[in-house]
Amino acid sequence: MRIYATVVYLFLYVPIGLIVLFSFNAGRHASELRGLSIQWYGKALSNPFAGDAFFTSLEIAFIVAILSSLMGTAAALALQSMKGPLRVILDGLIYISIMIPGIVIGIATLVALVTVFDFFNPLLATLWPEGYTPPKLHMGYASVIAAHTLFTMSLVIIIVRARIAGMDRALIEASMDLYASPWRTFYQVTLPQIYPAILAGFLLSFTFSFDDFIISFFVAGPNTTLPVYIFASIRRGITPEVNAIGTMVLAGSLSLLIVAQFFMRDGRRRAKVN
Amino acid sequence: MAALLAPTTLWFLVMLIMPLIVILIFSFGERAAVGGYGGGFTFEQYANLPARLKAFQNTLTYAPLGTLLSLLVAYPLAYFLALKVDRRFKLVLLVLVIVPFWTSLLIRTYAWIYILGGRGIPTILEWIGIEGVRLINTPTAVLIGIVYGYLPLMVFPVYVSLEKLDKSLLEASNDLGGNSFKTFLQITLPLSMPGIATGCMLVFILLMGEFLIPAFLGGGKVFFIGNAMVDLFLQSRNWPFGSAVAATLVVIMLITVSIYMRLAMRNKTGADQSLM
Amino acid sequence: MTSVAAFRNVSKRYGEITAARNLNLDVASGEFLSFLGPSGCGKTTSLRMIAGFEQPSEGEVFLEGICVNDVPAYSRPVNMVFQHYALFPHLNVESNVAYGLKQRSPKPPTGEIHNRVHEMLELVQLTGYSLRQTWELSGGQQQRVALARALINKPKVLLLDEPLAALDRKLRREMQIELQNLQRNVGITFILVTHDQEEALSMSDRVCIMREGEIAQVGSPLDLYDRPRNQYVADFVGKSNFFYGVIEQVRTWKVDIRLDCGIPVVLNSSRSFNSHKNGDKICISVRPEQLVLARDESNIPEDSAIKSTARIMNRIFLGEQIEYLLCDERLGEFLALSSRHNELNEKPFETNEVVFVAWSRDATLILDDDERDKPNVS
Repeated sequence: MRIYATVVYLFLYVPIGLIVLFSFNAGRHASELRGLSIQWYGKALSNPFAGDAFFTSLEIAFIVAILSSLMGTAAALALQSMKGPLRVILDGLIYISIMIPGIVIGIATLVALVTVFDFFNPLLATLWPEGYTPPKLHMGYASVIAAHTLFTMSLVIIIVRARIAGMDRALIEASMDLYASPWRTFYQVTLPQIYPAILAGFLLSFTFSFDDFIISFFVAGPNTTLPVYIFASIRRGITPEVNAIGTMVLAGSLSLLIVAQFFMRDGRRRAKVN
Repeated sequence: MAALLAPTTLWFLVMLIMPLIVILIFSFGERAAVGGYGGGFTFEQYANLPARLKAFQNTLTYAPLGTLLSLLVAYPLAYFLALKVDRRFKLVLLVLVIVPFWTSLLIRTYAWIYILGGRGIPTILEWIGIEGVRLINTPTAVLIGIVYGYLPLMVFPVYVSLEKLDKSLLEASNDLGGNSFKTFLQITLPLSMPGIATGCMLVFILLMGEFLIPAFLGGGKVFFIGNAMVDLFLQSRNWPFGSAVAATLVVIMLITVSIYMRLAMRNKTGADQSLM
Repeated sequence: MTSVAAFRNVSKRYGEITAARNLNLDVASGEFLSFLGPSGCGKTTSLRMIAGFEQPSEGEVFLEGICVNDVPAYSRPVNMVFQHYALFPHLNVESNVAYGLKQRSPKPPTGEIHNRVHEMLELVQLTGYSLRQTWELSGGQQQRVALARALINKPKVLLLDEPLAALDRKLRREMQIELQNLQRNVGITFILVTHDQEEALSMSDRVCIMREGEIAQVGSPLDLYDRPRNQYVADFVGKSNFFYGVIEQVRTWKVDIRLDCGIPVVLNSSRSFNSHKNGDKICISVRPEQLVLARDESNIPEDSAIKSTARIMNRIFLGEQIEYLLCDERLGEFLALSSRHNELNEKPFETNEVVFVAWSRDATLILDDDERDKPNVS
């Protein structure tokens, strides 16, 4: 049993180890180790395309995380006390948006938005006053953010709703009993209770958006996110530069994970009381 | 209340319902001469689906097979973590399983191009005298990539259900004369079914729309529906046909997932709601 | 009218289910009143209607003479101690206790809040615990925090929803005494909900016994024990033996009864709570401790209501007392309780021994036979 576990852990970590090892390769070819150097890190960091892609991804992931935590939490709170057909429909949509493969979301969004834009752009052009360049709707930041948020928002709804369901209803009553109005009860009792879930949802949304390749691949338009850039680099041919970027992304995810763990532990300690 | 739901509802309308309707409409249309959508109403696209039969066959073979393999590899590990490991190391070992899942699948899959590629395992095998083994761009490579990519997703729900299991049940079974194997078959396995159901569903759903792993490790030979769609939309720009493929994939998924859910419910093992 | 809280014809329905039916009750200022009954009898619903968490379907709830049906929970001058305390897990002891004061507008000055919290913690014997987290405290301590958090607001009525249910037996006894002392010291009206009859009887000035959403009887513990209005109350408050029969004749001071098994019984009519007519189906109730057991017939008092023999089927030592389960062909099975130091025989009775049984005319109650004939309940 122990040997088996060791083999599985090796299976999980040897490939990651290889990526890191080869990122320090002094040689040009990715699959032959010729001494160690950090030259590829320098190359990766000074590569303007990789840098742009990285910051684009960061920016998108951040906005996605904020949007989905806000909208997801609001929806989870509203759905909590809701019954009837609208509730059934929204529940259905939440599960569909999580279940439908990213690739279908990507393609459908691309096709739908391009069609809508093709319809609106000439309209805008005719409506716009003479002499000014009319705005042109196109794929880009906004479409990636919108498509990512569809999935992550549903994720936040589910996480926050589970937390609300696990919350002791008596706490709300206790607060009302102690003269707090519904609004004060919300921010003094409910919010502190569900904030670990919101934070978890925020981090999950951020990681999903930052790591997502397939949706961005379709809807990013002229903007390139980091995964799309890495995909293209791998397609072009394997160089240790990709390894260097990959290693940095892994290190970034890991540090984020440690930060998340820190917050989650705080939340779990509180959750234990209930 | 309505104000709280408005943004979410709007999002669903514009980003989910509208795109799906557009795909559905396009799937009944004709390809424009320059690519894209050319209007019209025809069943031609659906009639043409057999042209991409191979992609459907591959997906419907390797998605269940990959799910099963992931389960077979994940279960003993989850069992080990839940029931055999010393408490002190449990959390660390668990986190070590989850960490890879939180890092880019793209980069992790990329690593396997090396390992399975010409200078990886085949070279090592040559040293010990086994020649002519090809791994990259084979179904085996794709399956290895699948198990590698989705193992954490399978381990976690199974671990949770095994962890929740009342340890005194195992002792009771042993006490009543069941040997370890019988105890496993009669107590542990049935009681961990909810975790198995959840894990399998998560992995299966993701595999049905998989693109990266076949693209990297299957070369042009082992391709999934996802790869067919990328090809149709971005290379040949046959939007109506691509839409028909996408719509068919969604329908297949809805059918398989609801059959699966119904079976899982009937066995009273229902997938763990909190993880869904 | 000095009632601090009152129900007027209050009913509460959840769809088809009626949780409370036509309740009328006045709670006097400074009183300690308990709602007692099995789960689902409507006692918690009644309490929650006073707190404002539930609205009555019919009738009115009054606080200090004002109808509060439309007053939300956060504006009612009452506070509650919740069953599992409902302490805010994200706040420490001090912030929990100060919570109610901080919601007031205008908010009292910080210094005053601080002083009052410390006075309150002193009152519940938690001096020095103000900066602890609530989950670090034991069950009894959490209970005290919950009390302090409610009492600091000087409510007109303190509502306690099974506050001691989560504590172990010994701690529960201690807290019962403490709660009683606390109530006398602060002079606030307490309304307690409990399913533990011992708790209700030992702590309260008055007990309101509830049954299937209705008030079965309200009275002092002594009243309820000695003068139960019906079989349900007699059964719920302490143990009782019930024998069914018919009134044969009502005389000036006496009542002749024939039990269903044929045994005639003569009782003093002053012990009858209700007025009865000849031919009424009734039930007589005898407390186990009022049964006299003897080996020797001469030890049985002359003017007993009934004299019989019975076989000891089982006995249970309860320390100072022994509980016997007896059986007689005609009377069926019944319980007797005898104090060991009062025992006429130096030796306790043995199982299977046949002994003389009797009880005095004064010890026997005549009750409506409401368990056998439910539709006839008045």
